[in-house]
Amino acid sequence: MLIELHDTTSRDISTALTKAHRGAGASGLVLTLVIATDDRHFDDAIEAAKASAYAHPSRVIVVTNSPDEAEPKMDARIETGDGLPGDLITLTLHGGLRAHAGTVLLPLLLPDSPTVVWWPHEGPADLAGDPIGRLATRRITDASGCADPQHALVMRARHHRPGDTDLTWTRLTRWRALLVAAVEQVGAPIVGGRVVSAPDNAPATLLATWLGSRLGVPVERVDGPGVGVNEVTLQTEAGDIVIRRHEEMTAEYLVPGRPARTVALRRRPLTDLLTEELQRLDADEVFEQTVASLLERQGGQ
Amino acid sequence: MQSQQRAFVNPLRSAEDRRLPRIADPSALVIFGVTGDLSRKKLMPAVYDLANRGLLPPGFALVGFARREWADQDFARVVHDAVQEHARTEFREEVWEQLLEGIRFVSGDFDSDEAFGRLKTTLGELDRERGTCGNHAFYLSIPPSGFEPVMRQLKRHGLAEQVPGSWHRVVIEKPFGHDLESARELDAVVSQLFKPQEVFRIDHYLGKETVQNILAMRFANQLFEPLWNNNHVSHVEITMAEDIGIAGRAGYFDGIGIARDVMQNHLLQLLALAAMEEPTNFDAAQLRTEKQKVLAAARVPADLARHTARGQYAPGWQGGKEVRGYRQEEGVPDDSRTETFAAMRVDIDNRRWAGVPFYLRTGKRMPRRVTEVALSFKRPPHLPFTATDTADLGTNALVLRIQPDEGVTLRFGAKVPGTQMEIRDVSMDFGYGGSFTESSPEAYERLILDVLLGEPPLFPLQEEVELSWRILDPVLEHWAELPEQPEQYAPGTWGPRSADEMLARDGLAWRRP
Repeated sequence: MLIELHDTTSRDISTALTKAHRGAGASGLVLTLVIATDDRHFDDAIEAAKASAYAHPSRVIVVTNSPDEAEPKMDARIETGDGLPGDLITLTLHGGLRAHAGTVLLPLLLPDSPTVVWWPHEGPADLAGDPIGRLATRRITDASGCADPQHALVMRARHHRPGDTDLTWTRLTRWRALLVAAVEQVGAPIVGGRVVSAPDNAPATLLATWLGSRLGVPVERVDGPGVGVNEVTLQTEAGDIVIRRHEEMTAEYLVPGRPARTVALRRRPLTDLLTEELQRLDADEVFEQTVASLLERQGGQ
Repeated sequence: MQSQQRAFVNPLRSAEDRRLPRIADPSALVIFGVTGDLSRKKLMPAVYDLANRGLLPPGFALVGFARREWADQDFARVVHDAVQEHARTEFREEVWEQLLEGIRFVSGDFDSDEAFGRLKTTLGELDRERGTCGNHAFYLSIPPSGFEPVMRQLKRHGLAEQVPGSWHRVVIEKPFGHDLESARELDAVVSQLFKPQEVFRIDHYLGKETVQNILAMRFANQLFEPLWNNNHVSHVEITMAEDIGIAGRAGYFDGIGIARDVMQNHLLQLLALAAMEEPTNFDAAQLRTEKQKVLAAARVPADLARHTARGQYAPGWQGGKEVRGYRQEEGVPDDSRTETFAAMRVDIDNRRWAGVPFYLRTGKRMPRRVTEVALSFKRPPHLPFTATDTADLGTNALVLRIQPDEGVTLRFGAKVPGTQMEIRDVSMDFGYGGSFTESSPEAYERLILDVLLGEPPLFPLQEEVELSWRILDPVLEHWAELPEQPEQYAPGTWGPRSADEMLARDGLAWRRP
């Protein structure tokens, strides 16, 4: 069912939602996901949110800003049912209404369940202090979706509060899992490391920081020809561990004393990243330690 | 090297890092009976899904063993088709390529020395080429009669010899014997070669997810536990119904019967999970201790004629289709005394459950496919309404729905709106599928992963298997002594009349699931 409301209020939206559910309420939905974006192109974010709603049935509220009009008002578009695992509400805030987004959203959040805010592109500097961010138990940003990813990452690190997370970190999970498994297999002390990536790649910066801080050895980051992270080498006393990605799909997996093998290692689509983020809503301590370590390094430079 | 490896602490691993999945050691999974239905529909897709989720180690190998004259490519083709048809996750070429590198096939009989010689060579090659390091898991997707020859061959060819730094594990499927004695014999065969913690007994109806869901529901909530005893519960019904007949499995089913097939394992496992005390923690060992305690306290009543029932489905019409009766099924003799419906009462002699009967029932050709555990509560001591107000009011019930549509239903009384005062039963539903994911891992995925990780299984150890047989054996003996064939029941109904009478004797009636 599709309902369009022009120049509306949160109350009218709530009424429309109740009518659409035919009194059944929003039963079975486990969280509210607010997607905050000022970008005009948020279709990919909506597609990702819809797809991960199959794993985490949620009420998805997209909040966009349309600053070009003088009059503060709100338009809404509500979708329910029809193969949609939850509700999808798109709010367009006109005029200066963005500053009051908190009280717009509060009546629309699901009772007694977590609220997650996701900024797929640029986000405010201080997430937890933002009127929308303040509502959330979990705040997701994506440094890679920003104009200056490295700067965005440092910004995130500087303002980090428990509950903040960045998809840059989520992009590394598979790399990290393979590295952990490789180190386990070799079982020898590590003396150094190297991350080869596209220039200015935010995940690579974070990966090198994580490796460096966990291993306590220097880990350098070097420019390579491929997109994203190209290759990670860990020098151990028993020889080099190398994971080298080919064509964004598979990787060569070299562990000393073992035959060379191929593993699937594709760039993860947005849906996968978001689904992983929504799996755990508690603070991610390892991410916290890693961004703290990143700040230290930046400060030292 | 060996001792150094043990002392090594992986600096990248951290208990706080819960995003990181545990990836299994490089290893080879050998499937015996790989041409079977189960293997194609469940095992191969589960292996692929694990690979797709990034949980299989680089260098994982899958070895099929069966009588067919296949080459590696032929087998790979079969796996490919099975995966495309049955896998739960999206098919991705790069994941398939990774799997394909490690797919091998060994053709032969269980008594062929030559074939097991080739299996050994194949595994040796994989250890070198794929780095599987001598870690081998053997999955016996074969009838129990095949266990003995396979075990003998594994032993003769040194395929299960303990080598430090590597592991061997074995997976066997139900039925774990057909009575207490045969269960012990079977165990003797398997435990010659494998230690108890290396044996994984799978019960695919009761996957690890389901078990954990029941445990979380019971022990993570304050709400239910105070009610979970004989102060409030009047009786418990555990039902596992199938809407199909024996579907061409006469050779397996006839002479075995449904009580041996599912009651000994699924229903008694459900009973144990629903009735056990709270374990001190969720270690597999603690959990088993509690399950064993409750199974040891469970027994069938002395008068088995009054408290058990059995039946056979008759020919007739089910759900708009004409169906054959059990005795008319191909391969079933007309004088068959094998039951396709079984019901029995079980009492648990402990403080929590004394006086609360547990009724177990299972059948084929029932109205619908359903597995559930239903706790019925006692009537309130006093109802401040007139008898006509509460004419439609039953008792409260809490139903753990296991299959399909796993979830929880709570039934309670509510006033019918608009009437003066009329109280009727309503229900409140929770579904795991709705609130969490449909892409949650399947039972076989969890099992294979547990086998490869060496996680202590939540599946029963031999002790539990023996305790279950001890409960069931008297019923089976009683039935074997009866002169008549099991009572006929119309297909598409909830079983024979004797089952209803069995509950009526206790002043109760079965709930309609």
